[in-house]
Amino acid sequence: MSDVTMAEKDAENTPKPEKVVQADPKMMGRKVSVFYGEKQALFDVDIDIVEKQVTALIGPSGCGKSTFLRCLNRMNDVIDGCEVKGSITMDDGDIYDPTVDVVQLRARVGMVFQKPNPFPKSIYENVAYGPRIHGLASNKAEMDAVVESSLRRASIWDEVKDRLDQPGTGLSGGQQQRLCIARAIAVEPEVILMDEPCSALDPIATAKIEELIDELRTNFTIAIVTHSMQQAARVSQKTAFFHLGNLVEYGETETLFTNPSDERTQGYITGRFG
Amino acid sequence: MTVFILIAAVLALAAFSYRFGRGAALSAAGGQSRSLHSRPGYYGAYTALWCAVPAFLIMAIWLIFQGSVVEALVLNGLSAEKQGLSDSEIGLIMNDIRNLASGNFTATSPDPDIAAAAEHFKSLNATGFAAMAVLALGIGIAGLIWARKKLSPELRARNSVERTITIFLIAASSIAIFTTLGIVLSLIFEAWRFFLQVPLHEFLFGLNWSPQIALRADQVGSSGAFGAVPIFAGTLLISFIAMLVAVPVGLMSAIYMAEYATPKFRSVVKPILEILAGIPTVVYGFFAALTVAPLIRGFGENIGLDVASESALAAGLVMGVMIIPFVSSLSDDVISAVPRSLREGSLGLGATKSETIRQVVLPAALPGIVGSILLAVSRAIGETMIVVMAAGLAANLTANPFQAVTTVTVQIVTLLVGDQEFDSPKTLAAFALGLVLFFITLALNVVALHVVRKYREQYD
Amino acid sequence: MTDITKNGSAPLGAPGHQGIAEVVAKGLKKRYAAERRFRMYGLVAIGLALLILLVLFTTIISNGIGAFFQSKVTLDVPLEVSEIDPDQTGDLDVIGKANYRGLVFGSLRADFPGVSGRSNRRALTGLLSSGSDFELRSIVLDNPDLIGTTVQAQVSLSDDADMFLKGNMTDVEVSAGDGTLAMTEDGVLSGGVYAFGNVFIDVKAEFARKADEAENSIAQNQRQLGRIDEELAVTASRLENADDEAQKTTYADTLRNLETLKANVNASLEKLTSDATDFRTRSQSDAGEETLDQSMPSYLVVTNDGVFKILTVTRDKVTTEIVSPPSSLDSSADWQIVKLQTPETDRRLTDKQIGWLHLMQDRGQIESAINSAFFTTGDSREPELAGIWGAAVGSFWTLMVTLVLSFPIGVMAAVYLEEFAPKNKWTDLIEVNINNLAAVPSIVFGLLGLAVFLNVFGLPRSAPVVGGLVLTLMTLPTIIIASRAALKSVPPSIREAALGMGASRIQAMTHHVLPLALPGMLTGTIIGMAQALGETAPLLMIGMVAFIVDIPGGPTDPATVLPVQIFLWADAPERAFVERTSAAIMVLLGFLITMNMAAVFLRKKFETRW
Repeated sequence: MSDVTMAEKDAENTPKPEKVVQADPKMMGRKVSVFYGEKQALFDVDIDIVEKQVTALIGPSGCGKSTFLRCLNRMNDVIDGCEVKGSITMDDGDIYDPTVDVVQLRARVGMVFQKPNPFPKSIYENVAYGPRIHGLASNKAEMDAVVESSLRRASIWDEVKDRLDQPGTGLSGGQQQRLCIARAIAVEPEVILMDEPCSALDPIATAKIEELIDELRTNFTIAIVTHSMQQAARVSQKTAFFHLGNLVEYGETETLFTNPSDERTQGYITGRFG
Repeated sequence: MTVFILIAAVLALAAFSYRFGRGAALSAAGGQSRSLHSRPGYYGAYTALWCAVPAFLIMAIWLIFQGSVVEALVLNGLSAEKQGLSDSEIGLIMNDIRNLASGNFTATSPDPDIAAAAEHFKSLNATGFAAMAVLALGIGIAGLIWARKKLSPELRARNSVERTITIFLIAASSIAIFTTLGIVLSLIFEAWRFFLQVPLHEFLFGLNWSPQIALRADQVGSSGAFGAVPIFAGTLLISFIAMLVAVPVGLMSAIYMAEYATPKFRSVVKPILEILAGIPTVVYGFFAALTVAPLIRGFGENIGLDVASESALAAGLVMGVMIIPFVSSLSDDVISAVPRSLREGSLGLGATKSETIRQVVLPAALPGIVGSILLAVSRAIGETMIVVMAAGLAANLTANPFQAVTTVTVQIVTLLVGDQEFDSPKTLAAFALGLVLFFITLALNVVALHVVRKYREQYD
Repeated sequence: MTDITKNGSAPLGAPGHQGIAEVVAKGLKKRYAAERRFRMYGLVAIGLALLILLVLFTTIISNGIGAFFQSKVTLDVPLEVSEIDPDQTGDLDVIGKANYRGLVFGSLRADFPGVSGRSNRRALTGLLSSGSDFELRSIVLDNPDLIGTTVQAQVSLSDDADMFLKGNMTDVEVSAGDGTLAMTEDGVLSGGVYAFGNVFIDVKAEFARKADEAENSIAQNQRQLGRIDEELAVTASRLENADDEAQKTTYADTLRNLETLKANVNASLEKLTSDATDFRTRSQSDAGEETLDQSMPSYLVVTNDGVFKILTVTRDKVTTEIVSPPSSLDSSADWQIVKLQTPETDRRLTDKQIGWLHLMQDRGQIESAINSAFFTTGDSREPELAGIWGAAVGSFWTLMVTLVLSFPIGVMAAVYLEEFAPKNKWTDLIEVNINNLAAVPSIVFGLLGLAVFLNVFGLPRSAPVVGGLVLTLMTLPTIIIASRAALKSVPPSIREAALGMGASRIQAMTHHVLPLALPGMLTGTIIGMAQALGETAPLLMIGMVAFIVDIPGGPTDPATVLPVQIFLWADAPERAFVERTSAAIMVLLGFLITMNMAAVFLRKKFETRW
């Protein structure tokens, strides 16, 4: 575990704000470029997703932030004609290595999508889906425990505990999204990717999700795409600003918002474009 | 053919009216088309419509009634003894007269009475036709004159013409309703006459079907029983076998096409599979009778099974093949309509593609798939040629796919092909079967279309 | 595991992060196997469908290709003036009425002077098509100057002869004879010690095969006998216990029937047993001579322009029936044995007829020509005279009526529903109706045609005009649905532009929208017409199944259509009709593929993306 010791050394050398527990890069992107057929969507992006922290990816629409997020669990594989160059490592292993199994990778790197997408099944089955396909629970009791703890950790247990057998599609938008988060954490991923998880929700539901993200940080490494700067400021420890497929600036959220080094970042956070 | 000449004449008159009306309108406006309310062509069209529409209406009405009127007149002219005959015998005589008049059947020397009647028939028809021609052309000209009188630069010709066009459009679209109405009424009417002779409960619940009515009292096996249960059972058996083939093959190929196939593979294989849907059913029937049935029979003999040469299995298998493209293209649409986000949700959790399909996509698409299967079942039940050529005629009540069974459509065809008197219960039974067939397929279609529509709305 | 608290909040019983990766990895192999299996099911399904399509097409083509060719024989026919035009009028009417049948038959008989006896001569001329006299007649009528000369007339052979020559009747094995063959006037042929050894062994093997067969049947019959005995016992006990009179009669009847059946089975068993022993002994005995019978393959010997049919065989000598006498009785080194695998009783040509055909082939009189009759004539009871032209013309008229009615009505209905119809109950009803009519079984439309068009309106039976009406009702939904889709694809901006210029709604429609939607509508119409062309069932209902020889001259003449012709031929017993059915299917599929390709072409050419 050499990277841990290196990270510890790092932590000793550079003074950090107190709330950052560890500056341990869980995932690292180096010179990541993405092409959709002829069109290049990302240009040589270098980024670290730090363990047990929330990394926010911000930027105007079409800047490549979602594209980058989808590279982290190889969801881009699904899209025809999409090609990823450069390297993305997770715990020092290249996730685009041919020997890496994409199913295994996605079990370690879960994802929550922009629009809540519960399966047309019961609430219980939605959460049980992941553990079931991966064979994580050996009997009904274990499965019940996994479902309950996942729903609890997604702060939705109290709202749904009496209607676990009802379809997940019958919940409200915010509840659906928390159900999707519960579904994602049920397989105990190491990293959770969230692609604008609140963009389809009202402010109250958004607040709940943000609260939840903050709680989840204790157990999971989180990367979140958002185009709300306030949200990024509220929930994240690290922020990366993307513009036109380039990573413009990456750093501590506080620093980036109070003292951006690039004028494009400055322009974006002050609302001059975006 | 002469009717076609008359139609051409009326059309020519209408063309003349168009030019005439157009010219008249222009000259009324002093050659200044700007001072007309509508473009000059509309005045032409206005005149032509007034000329042709009434003429064609008269012709249509005349043609519909001429046949029965002439027939009644001819029958009145027949000798008294012939008039006393039963309806079906009179029908036969009428047939003779008609054949004689049209110049067929000259070989046998006809009864002088009938020969005279044929002459009478011919002359009446000729007179009738002449009268119709005169009347139609006369009315056309009258319409032309009437329209000419109304022509003036202020006439809102365009509005009138467009209103007429709209009426035509409405009439054209109402044909669908009249077709359905025609089907329902004719089936119910004939079936009603059947149920006057054979009680409904016997038809629906009887276990014995042998529609041959005994000609002599001592004839064997001609009881004239109309219990349709064996027919319904046979139809279900063959349709069931067909679905056993069509659903797995159709569904799996649809899944492969929608989820796995590369665009190139899809663009090549899909049209080839659709050829299966374009092959006429009579070809499938021939294939079933010539190739598949002997194959199954031979196979059965090899393993010591007694297989009828017109086994339900042969007809069912081939029918299944016919329905494969139907199931696959409908299911393909349905599967493709499942939103991408659901697939990504599942893949994002680390599910493999097949897990995603089986546990997320298919359950989500289930209502649509059920709908398309229902449509396929309705098609299987109504399919005629394959079973006529490859299934049997004997109404066996059995669930053994190696035996011969018969179906609703086979019975309809056998009962109605060939010369039939129209009042015997045997002929009418075909309409009763047709009625059952129509309502069952209608119910299946309505339910299926409803289910599919609801499904589409869910993901739109 | 850097930090124990990492797993601290993991749920009870569930493994932590690292453990999970292991669990997942463990299941992977199985899951990927399932994935591969599932994917394979899909491929297998598609492969199966494609395979069936391939088998279907191969069957049809391999069966049907032969029908495009017809075996013909060239005969030297002396066209005597006295026979054809005794008064030398030169009048085509007189010439046309001459006895051409006599001429053709006479010249064939002249080729086989050795064939005598009424039935033999009839069998010989039976090889000619019953239309062969018309072929000669048209040769003469085309060129009356030939009268008085001898023409080499090529006339058709009968369907059975045609089938034999195409190899559809029996397997034929020709083997060259070994050594020199001596012959006598009464048909005793002898050669070297083993000249007929192969035939002899063949015959022995055949007896062995027949013995096996008989023994199998014996076993089957014995099993049946056992079943009958069981049933007899059961029925007998039932009869004893039956208390009601009616039941007693039934059981007594059954008992009687069973007894009769038993007697029959016993009788056949007896015969089979004696046959089996007989065959077995004959196959095993080393007797010098064997007699052939009609239930065995036949053997012909061909030499010196003569044909012999073997009756008895030893290893070096055969006695024969002379099918066609040889030109000389000189010994010959050039001789063949022709084995006809199918026994004479199981085929439609006798050994003699086949012998004659073989001679004609040897003489180079027979050749296979393009079967032009197939494309130019109507239906016929004789397969070699039957053609599809009548049905094709019938299909043409029917489709014309369908097209003339369904295209305008379909387009008008689509225009109304898509552009003008207000949203109300009536239009909803129309929509529901159209969708349902598209799925109503076609035979129901036939019932409608029968009940309304024939019985109420009194339109003629079997006429293309009625067929066209029925098919119009059937194809309308297809055309309406396709036309509406075409109208929908025209962007509203075009309508708005026209309306904004002050055009009326109908003007905007006819001037701007309709021309843009027309290719789509035409595509739909072609597809509808293709459906109509392949449709059979409703036309059966309105009497288009009649046997019609004449080519229909218009939409009111009695006619049949291609698919119905296929249906009629498929039912005919002659083997030659199987060939013609397949060929007619090839023609029909050709039309359908052309129409569909036209539709695809139209769609590609005019496809506009807005």
